[in-house]
Amino acid sequence: MSAATPSVRLPRLDRTGSVAFRRVLLSEWTKLRSVRSTKWSLGVGFLLTVAFPIAFSFATSSHWGSMSPQDRADRQPLDIALVGVNVAQLAIAVLGVLLISAEYSTGSIRSTFTAVPKRLLVLWAKLIDYSVVSLALMVPAVLVSFFSSQAILGRHDILQISFTQPGVARAVLGGALYVMLVGIFALAIGAIVRNTAGGIAAFAGIFFVLPPLMFVLPTSWNNAISQYLPSDAGRQLFSLHHASHSLRPLTGGLVFAAYCVAAIVIAAVLLVRRDV
Amino acid sequence: MIEARDLTKDYGSKRAVDGLSFTVRPGIVTGFLGPNGSGKSTTMRLILGLDAPTRGDVTVNGSDYREHAAPLHEVGALLEARSVHTGRSAHNHLLALAQTHGIPKRRVSELIDLVGLHEVARKRSGKFSLGMGQRLGIAQALLGDPKTVMLDEPVNGLDPEGIHWMRNLLKGLAAEGRTVFVSSHLMSEMALTADHLIVIGRGKLIADTSVDDFVSRASQKVVVVRSPELESLRAALAGPDVSFEPAERGALEVHGLTAEQVGDAAAAAGIVLHELTPRQASLEEAFMNLTRDEVEFAAELQEVVA
Ligand SMILES: Nc1ncnc2c1ncn2[C@@H]1O[C@H](COP(=O)(O)OP(=O)(O)OP(=O)(O)O)[C@@H](O)[C@H]1O
Ligand SMILES: [Mg+2]
Repeated sequence: MSAATPSVRLPRLDRTGSVAFRRVLLSEWTKLRSVRSTKWSLGVGFLLTVAFPIAFSFATSSHWGSMSPQDRADRQPLDIALVGVNVAQLAIAVLGVLLISAEYSTGSIRSTFTAVPKRLLVLWAKLIDYSVVSLALMVPAVLVSFFSSQAILGRHDILQISFTQPGVARAVLGGALYVMLVGIFALAIGAIVRNTAGGIAAFAGIFFVLPPLMFVLPTSWNNAISQYLPSDAGRQLFSLHHASHSLRPLTGGLVFAAYCVAAIVIAAVLLVRRDV
Repeated sequence: MIEARDLTKDYGSKRAVDGLSFTVRPGIVTGFLGPNGSGKSTTMRLILGLDAPTRGDVTVNGSDYREHAAPLHEVGALLEARSVHTGRSAHNHLLALAQTHGIPKRRVSELIDLVGLHEVARKRSGKFSLGMGQRLGIAQALLGDPKTVMLDEPVNGLDPEGIHWMRNLLKGLAAEGRTVFVSSHLMSEMALTADHLIVIGRGKLIADTSVDDFVSRASQKVVVVRSPELESLRAALAGPDVSFEPAERGALEVHGLTAEQVGDAAAAAGIVLHELTPRQASLEEAFMNLTRDEVEFAAELQEVVA
């Protein structure tokens, strides 16, 4: 036991810098990589993108002999190659919502905004970090799924398509771009709703509930409206053939991007105005 | 230095902070006292710009918190509510905050050692005990070597050794010329740590005083008397500032008079006294007297609502 009171001294910090955007980018990257949900969601996203096309390719190959000519004609090699994108988008969307909603549910948002009181820097940094990460994950994922599904189908010499054929590379990489935009859209929704369950529900509502509801409308309305929904517009990025009552790939991509921008603007306005 | 002017915050129809004006000066520890729900935590959120005031404003070291280029270097704050992602380790939590200001990584380890979290720094912070969480919050507050340190109930959850450590830390920080602003419900704790007190009740300023003044005011005039003629004694002592409370074993507690005054009055009335003991009101009692009206009002209000 020491009789004298031990004095506690805070060591001085020899160098202090100011808040700068590149520093917030680094900070948000540290946060992104240091929670388990990131590894899980990204891992699952990659696996789903790759596993579904491989499974479908094997199934198609083994059933090819017993399929009717009509059935065979309905198979599209790119549909098989990119089938996983439809599933992977959910994993990327959930993580997008979580990246911001978990800050509110755990209270870490108060630490975040105390360190960076110019709140928009945080939003921009999260969006950029997540876009880079999801694109870096999805580009290899769609390439692997395209070439592996083609290799499996190629052993039976069926449903072959070349990467250099017009539109194919665009559609394959468009699948990755689409998922990246889904992540952005989900992150913005998370920032608006500030609640994990609510954010995921809002995303699912817009992407999975709204489209089938359109079939209740008169056909002419459905045809006119559906193509402008975020999900329908966005998926034109990775469809090879232009169907009737759908937008062209570039237009569809731009319409989806516009939805993302709108969601980001709403999120930004609310972020600045609301109490934490 | 923290300067609040007419600071007011409404949440819907509820006024949490009501026209607060005060200055927290550097070089001393300033205690921020008030009963539950009096608006201490809200005031601190307003200081950090987390919540926007309905009226009035507050500056830290001369400007709005949000206008500082290096906010963590200006103010280090420990908030009441948990402010750490439960899935992230203490190390990564502090690292992410340090990176926003380009603070080097070794500073993070330095602070983890300072608060004694070395063993658990790489574990998920959601598993931390209350005291460990509090230590992490203190490390966070001190990360940027801040000119102003603002802590919301820092001893909450700390063991006696931790409380002692905290007291020394706060005094040390003030001695280095920093502004130290600490909230608490515990007057006795503040009497040991603080030099100055800002007391609020129901969002309003009640007292802005040095601890010495507060203590001398508190230790005034409570006398315990014992007498076979208590009723006559009451009558002899009665006055506008005098109140009575029954004490143990048939004694009477007289508030508002000194022992000399009670003795003289008893002698003048020819009343026999068996005991005459001046007693110091505890600081806790003095604090409760000061804030009693506010608390009572709140309790009444709740009864009406319920
Ligand atoms: N975000 C909020 N929304 C609505 N009301 C709030 C909010 N924050 C605080 N209040 C209300 O404002 C009042 C002041 O609360 P505050 O937490 O600031 O008090 P406090 O002095 O810190 O209390 P305690 O000693 O219990 O920590 C309370 O009545 C509380 O219910
Ligand atoms: Mg509080």
